[in-house]
Amino acid sequence: MTIKKNKKEKLLEILFLFFAFLSNILLVGIIIILFKESLPLFKEIKVLDFLLGRHWYPTYDPPEFGILPLILGSLWVTIGSLLVAVPLGLGAAIYISEIASTNLKEILKPAVEVLAGIPSVVLGFFGMVVIAPFLQNVFKLPTGLNALNASILLGIMAIPTITSISEDCISAVPRGFKEASYALGANRWETMIKVTVPAAFSGISSAVILGMGRAIGETMTVLMVAGGAAIIPHSFLQPVRTMTATIAAEMGETAIGSDHYFALFGIAVVLFILTLIFNIIADLVAQRFRKRIV
Amino acid sequence: MLNISNRKWRELKQQIGFMTVRLAALIIFIILGILLYFIFSRGIKVISWDFLTKMPEKGMTAGGIFPAILGSFYLTMGAILFALPLGILAAIYMTEYATQGKIIRIIRIGISNLASVPSIVFGLFGLALFVNYLKFGVSILSGSLTLGIMILPVIIRASEEALLLVPHGFREASLALGATKWQTIYKIVLPNAIGGIITGAILGVGRVAGETAPILFTAATFYIRKLPDSVFSEVMALPYHIYALMTEGSHPKEQKAIAYGASLVLIIMVLGINLLAILIRNYYRRKKKW
Amino acid sequence: MVSSIGGANLRMEVKNLNFYYGRSLALKNINMGIENNKVTAVIGPSGCGKSTFIRILNRMNDIIIGTRVEGEILLDEQNIYDPRVDVVEIRRKIGMVFQKSNPFPKSIFDNIAYGLRINGISNKTEIIDRVEMSLKNSALWDEVKDRLDDNAFELSGGQQQRLCIARALAIEPEVILFDEPCSALDPISTAKIEELINQLKEKYTIAIVTHNMQQAARISDYTGFFLLGELIEFDKTEKIFTNPSQKQTEDYITGRFG
Repeated sequence: MTIKKNKKEKLLEILFLFFAFLSNILLVGIIIILFKESLPLFKEIKVLDFLLGRHWYPTYDPPEFGILPLILGSLWVTIGSLLVAVPLGLGAAIYISEIASTNLKEILKPAVEVLAGIPSVVLGFFGMVVIAPFLQNVFKLPTGLNALNASILLGIMAIPTITSISEDCISAVPRGFKEASYALGANRWETMIKVTVPAAFSGISSAVILGMGRAIGETMTVLMVAGGAAIIPHSFLQPVRTMTATIAAEMGETAIGSDHYFALFGIAVVLFILTLIFNIIADLVAQRFRKRIV
Repeated sequence: MLNISNRKWRELKQQIGFMTVRLAALIIFIILGILLYFIFSRGIKVISWDFLTKMPEKGMTAGGIFPAILGSFYLTMGAILFALPLGILAAIYMTEYATQGKIIRIIRIGISNLASVPSIVFGLFGLALFVNYLKFGVSILSGSLTLGIMILPVIIRASEEALLLVPHGFREASLALGATKWQTIYKIVLPNAIGGIITGAILGVGRVAGETAPILFTAATFYIRKLPDSVFSEVMALPYHIYALMTEGSHPKEQKAIAYGASLVLIIMVLGINLLAILIRNYYRRKKKW
Repeated sequence: MVSSIGGANLRMEVKNLNFYYGRSLALKNINMGIENNKVTAVIGPSGCGKSTFIRILNRMNDIIIGTRVEGEILLDEQNIYDPRVDVVEIRRKIGMVFQKSNPFPKSIFDNIAYGLRINGISNKTEIIDRVEMSLKNSALWDEVKDRLDDNAFELSGGQQQRLCIARALAIEPEVILFDEPCSALDPISTAKIEELINQLKEKYTIAIVTHNMQQAARISDYTGFFLLGELIEFDKTEKIFTNPSQKQTEDYITGRFG
């Protein structure tokens, strides 16, 4: 009787263990599938030619599968988005955690959450119907669908991540640090800039890297507003095309098992590895923050 | 003398600093305001009872968006039905059973990296595995599973947090009464964590409802004549519909108007779902005695 | 060092117990007997390992990661740390009342019925009877009999602790362990619980950890004095408080440290 009961408990534990490992299993599954569906391409072309090739003409005859313009496109809009999101997101985080009155906090924090809740396709739509015509008029461009537009939208999307994580980190800085600074005669601003924010720095960097990972993996907004030209970007006012947008735009019209199909999975591999790296770095940095503060 | 001017200078720097960060917060607030203003003011003109409950007409240039709303509902429900049980089971292991630091670390790495996978990559995974390999086709089933996998990390984390909030004393008291671990989990820990778990799940729903990339090749279609009749049917979905209205078709002006309406409906849905989660959380908090 | 006393009528026996948190040795070579239908108290300054010790007696420390037990703990001559033994069964036989009262967020009735139900009692009348009986035995019945459906959290701190005692009694354990049950209570509630423990020893074997020496003197038959993870002295309570054989014990009970 007793022993039977124990067996059941043990079985349950193993069952739970399996489900706990499901994320790992799925992750491995994703890796396997991405590689399996992209490897055939590399019988045709060299990995380096794929990564560094300057021409993406998948439907030409013969086709060219160089994804350098797509990688650069992704990097441009990602960096652009950081230029938008870091100053605004971090500034707002400092304001919310250190300066804003309780009442203002009650308005600002939900506002940031609402922003986080806006679906990317709606942002993309907004970019097409509001931001694009605006940019077109201001810069006198043939089209407002370009890297700048995508950067602005991706920046807006990254702001909530950066603001809320940074705010948590800034709030987690022990009060003793600040009090010590005040006791030395520093005013609030000096304390913030020289003590609080530096103490939260690794946490904030982790938030920024996480935001970058999100931006580089974001699909719908860039698909809708980046302009879609697969050329090596030279200016933010130029249409660009990211890796994600390429997959999204072209997979629908590709025959399964064609080189084009394999190449799109190859792009996914690159994308997957990039975001993985971002995520691992963000995790490491966040760990350092926790160790320092706790 | 010098001292005073130094202090004034520092005071000025502080004022400028405060102004700058206040401006940052203000800009974010304004961006949100503009965004919501445009979608609401244009969208509200399009929305009517018919818009919400009728089929599209005349090649998507008129009529309603009912099938897209319904499709999004199916996909979201399917994703949650799939991810919620799995996520809870995983979270139970993490909070109640796991004892070895190494195993926990490996699992955490899995969860964290699964969460960072770009949504379009999930879409490809779903396409290769569910649509092609398992032959589910472009269908509600394929889309739901793909979305479910995508929100699994969110559900696991939310469930874990909720489970950890249950006081340790409850577990000890139960075990000390001769309850088995499973009895303790099932009868004491889970009932007290369920509010938090539901909140997390609903927040997950909010995210799923707005996702487009994972369903591009696994579930969504621009237009079908009839409503879906099984899990193997293709569906229209609200986010995909907005995208398609803006990028396909030949009547940009009419389609744009509908896209405004659909965007407003989607925003209201997503924010409504999040609001619901908050209300449920508050309800459980008030009910909670510990 | 007195290892065990009496010996005639021991319910539990601790033999050569070492206890580790990770690599650090928290309890060193403890030997001690717990006599049937008597109250055995464990005293000592905070951090001496007395709470750790009592939680070993019903294997509550099993749930803390990285702990390890060496030696034997016998209940009716059987080692409760024997791998063949079912820990669930052990905890049913050895009940526990914790330092901080920890009722479940359920009704008063369901708090007590919980232990019965999980131990396989499903007959409604039997549950009702046993709930009433345990509430009477814990001297709570008169205060709560009209509000059994109220949430347990609506009770006062002292009542909550007596509810926890009732909950432990309901499943009819053989031994009841008290881990500083009065540390969070006011003097009146404390007095009630002490009186209760005095009555309970007729039916049960009791071990209690307390930081309050007067309490140990008032309610216990035997007292063990712990210091820095060691059992310094174990003897009849009377002897410990009037004529301790160890210098450290004397220093402690006369208030020279701790």
